[in-house]
Amino acid sequence: MNFYGALTIKQKQVVWAWTFLAVPAIFYCLIRFYPTFNAIALSFQEWNLLGARTWTGIDNYTKLFADPVFWKVFKNTFIYLLLGTPISLLISFVIAYNLDKVRFMHGTIRALYFLPFMTSTVAMAWLWRWFYQPVPIGLFNNALATIGIPQFEFLNSTTWALPSILAPAVWAGLGFQIIIFMAGLRAIPQTYYEAARIDGVGSWTTLWRITLPLLKPTIVFLVVLSSIGFLRIFDQVFNMTSNNPGGPLNSTKPLVLMIYETAFSSFDMGYAAAQTVVLFTVLLIVSLTQLYIMRDK
Amino acid sequence: MTSWKKKLLGLTTGAVVAMSSGASLAVEIEYWQYIFDARIQAMDILIEKFEAANPDITVKQTTFPYADYRTKVAAAIPAGEGPDVVQLFYGWLNDYVDAELITPLPTDMFPPEQIEAEYFPMVQAMKRDGQYMALPTAVRSLALFYNKRLFAEAGIEAPPATLDELIETAKKLTKKDGSGNLTQVGITTGMNAQDHHWFREVLVRQFGGAPYDASNAKVTYADAGGAAALKWYTDLQTVHEVTSFGFMDEPQAAFKAGRAGMHIDGSFRIGALDSTRGLEWGVAELPAGPDGMKSNYSSYWVNALTSKATGEKAEAAKKFIAFITTDEAMQIWLDTVGELPAKPSAGLTDENKMNPVFGPFINGLGYAKTTVFANESGQRQVLMDATQRIFLEGQSPEDAIAAAAAEEQKILDEYYN
Amino acid sequence: MANSASIKGSSATLDVAKTMPRRNQFDIGQIARWVLLFGGGILMVLPIVYMLSTSLKWPHEIYNLSIIPDEPTLDNYVYVLEDGRFYSWFFNSLIIATATTVSAVIFDSLVGYVLCKFEFRGRMIVFIAILSTLMIPTEMLIIPWYMMAKTFGWLDSYWGIMFPGVMTAFGTFLMKQFFETVPDDFLEAARIDGLNEFEIWWRVAMPMVTPALAALAIFVFLGNWTAFIWPLIVTNSPELYTLPVGLTTFSVEQSVEWELIMTGAALATIPTLIVFLIFQKYIIRGVVMAGLKG
Repeated sequence: MNFYGALTIKQKQVVWAWTFLAVPAIFYCLIRFYPTFNAIALSFQEWNLLGARTWTGIDNYTKLFADPVFWKVFKNTFIYLLLGTPISLLISFVIAYNLDKVRFMHGTIRALYFLPFMTSTVAMAWLWRWFYQPVPIGLFNNALATIGIPQFEFLNSTTWALPSILAPAVWAGLGFQIIIFMAGLRAIPQTYYEAARIDGVGSWTTLWRITLPLLKPTIVFLVVLSSIGFLRIFDQVFNMTSNNPGGPLNSTKPLVLMIYETAFSSFDMGYAAAQTVVLFTVLLIVSLTQLYIMRDK
Repeated sequence: MTSWKKKLLGLTTGAVVAMSSGASLAVEIEYWQYIFDARIQAMDILIEKFEAANPDITVKQTTFPYADYRTKVAAAIPAGEGPDVVQLFYGWLNDYVDAELITPLPTDMFPPEQIEAEYFPMVQAMKRDGQYMALPTAVRSLALFYNKRLFAEAGIEAPPATLDELIETAKKLTKKDGSGNLTQVGITTGMNAQDHHWFREVLVRQFGGAPYDASNAKVTYADAGGAAALKWYTDLQTVHEVTSFGFMDEPQAAFKAGRAGMHIDGSFRIGALDSTRGLEWGVAELPAGPDGMKSNYSSYWVNALTSKATGEKAEAAKKFIAFITTDEAMQIWLDTVGELPAKPSAGLTDENKMNPVFGPFINGLGYAKTTVFANESGQRQVLMDATQRIFLEGQSPEDAIAAAAAEEQKILDEYYN
Repeated sequence: MANSASIKGSSATLDVAKTMPRRNQFDIGQIARWVLLFGGGILMVLPIVYMLSTSLKWPHEIYNLSIIPDEPTLDNYVYVLEDGRFYSWFFNSLIIATATTVSAVIFDSLVGYVLCKFEFRGRMIVFIAILSTLMIPTEMLIIPWYMMAKTFGWLDSYWGIMFPGVMTAFGTFLMKQFFETVPDDFLEAARIDGLNEFEIWWRVAMPMVTPALAALAIFVFLGNWTAFIWPLIVTNSPELYTLPVGLTTFSVEQSVEWELIMTGAALATIPTLIVFLIFQKYIIRGVVMAGLKG
């Protein structure tokens, strides 16, 4: 205790910080970092999961960068990100901002928006797939047919399949983003708004000058996390295109689906690991760039 | 925090100890297969009979969901966890043999000459260096399912016997709504289901081609035969308009819902169709080709002895494999699961051949071929993409088949080199 | 960042909704806002209505587009619930999701707090290292985890299913961001009052981020409730399956019994709905900071 007492406040902080971090540090090293390094090492090896691992140098990477499917998949992954993140954040903010101002049946409406996030992805992906079918079973196309509009090829089109799959992904994630936005909005002290009202500031100015700046930690969190989410999109694509994974003609295949197929259909673990390392690098660059741009200046 | 973890750990270790102490009285072996109610029931019956005949051996059956069975087995066996006897898809065998995860069946108990004399010929794909690595209890083949009610409605007397008849029959069964959208198809199509097998081993051969060379390492369908087969197959949609790829999402769903006149599928579908209310269906052999040639595709699951089983466990496991490949076991499997016996002596009985449901499948076995896959889903995807390039990008069947052959060759090259 | 001097104790609100000028209540804009939000909400749940409707249909009717089944049946529910294993899957999922939620909420907020409020060398590195664990797909981790679980004898046990989820990078990041809204002066005041660092975190900082804690609890619970690939790989005994793993036993080779999947999905949603309803009131309740200042 004497030793502790002799420390400066700053040094005490450091001691406390590492005391708090001790157990988590063991957890992250063992459960997270070790398998990650394992994957990185594996990306320089060949392994079919059953036999021995053999070192192959950068073979997996040269093969990957020469594979036209990889570049197609790479592009798809970024389309998911560039469409998904802004669209979903804009919609969820508008809903959260307005929902925050509504009192009548507030809880019920919020629950309605959150429900999709709680239900099974597999079941929901199948329902959406079913909605998109041509007649006689597709909900959307039946609606079009009754008003005399020709059928729309949602999932059976190399152009429209990707947005058609993105829609349920955005839909399922909205509830999550709305809840986080609402928690963020609630964390802004009321006094700021009271002061603004006393000063006679309009609601647009309040939004731009008070709400959005004070919401910044929340926005940073959601931008980074939903970017990671869209770059890692898998469940919706896998379940909505299970007849033809990532199809038609790879037009909807994201990187994680390619990794999954390489690892668990082709059992080419080294090649899958190389793809994982590429995904990891991309995600790290994107996240750090976002954190850097949105840092506190 | 830690104390409840310890408790949980304690509980599980306790359970393990209890189990292994029970096993010291008798040899316990573990058997793995995927979840399918009828298969589990059939195996329960077989285990009961086996245990009655071998009171010193107990067999524990463990099952996993089908969709992830392969991943599960691949994660467990190399780690030294898991079964003594495992059920594997025939196409996975190479990987397990190469990694020395399964042990060959000893020639004294399973003489190769006898196996070759007794089993259907495609089982020979399980032989490595003069020894059999694994044996099936049951095999499957393809046949044409047809909807009896829709046939009667359209005034069709009998299922089509040739490919030309198939088109004519399908035309009579197709229905469209006012704006020309298909509401009922003559025949279901989609490379995702069984059609890629039908295409590879049946249509390609019937149009004069061959899917692979004798080594199974070289793709040979990129010729006039292959192109003609692909053209015939895609013409069903583009020219004859008797089908739509992916109609109602899954071919079997369309047939089950009574929205398809005909449907090509495997014998494993019988059970699901049996339990569908209000569906009256029949089975016929696959239609013959332009010159009368018949072909079929057969696949099977095999029972293999894992390298984890040693000593008395290995002895018990061998006895068990021998038991589940007897004629008696095969008949039980057929009666319970509806999968066809792997030996003509059990399968080609007059009773089975005359059976209106099993008959067409069993007859198909006589001339069935087996594809030796390197990566089944990858090879299926190649054919899927070929049809989609024709439908979505207007590619010609010649170009599409050539592109498919090149892509599939790449998969095979990677696998065999 | 926030100037705590401007935050008065009286603003510590346990309000259910924000205070709003009375005159706005019957405003046309306000009514339009409500109608649009409500309409959007109905659209959001439409697929879920279809899920429920399919679970009440006979197999031959599932492709029928009507929301109300022609001949509604509870047969699917009877079938799923009659299978005695359903209850143990449900129970397993409940235990696992609850235990990991408690653990993750505590550890994530602790780590998030340290990364937000403590000054020490390497803080940014630790944060980025933790964040980077979000960037590896689970599919690539399961093989090393499996080997690890085998080495430590965790296979086929509750702890084996749980251990990868006892802390989450997601939660750490979430809590770090929300602790930003806690003014440093509050912590400093507590420090002067003689509280040790642990007490400051637990008794001062934590109550101020209740909405975020509630949100985190919901998300961690949901994440574990729906986790599939790892629980499947690590368990051998059907008695230890979690609900999502158990429900896949309804899909067989090359065919899926959709009406049963929908029934299972509907049943699986019930507990998550309950958890949501329990925790969401804490999100509404807003910042609780009464009596700390002054």
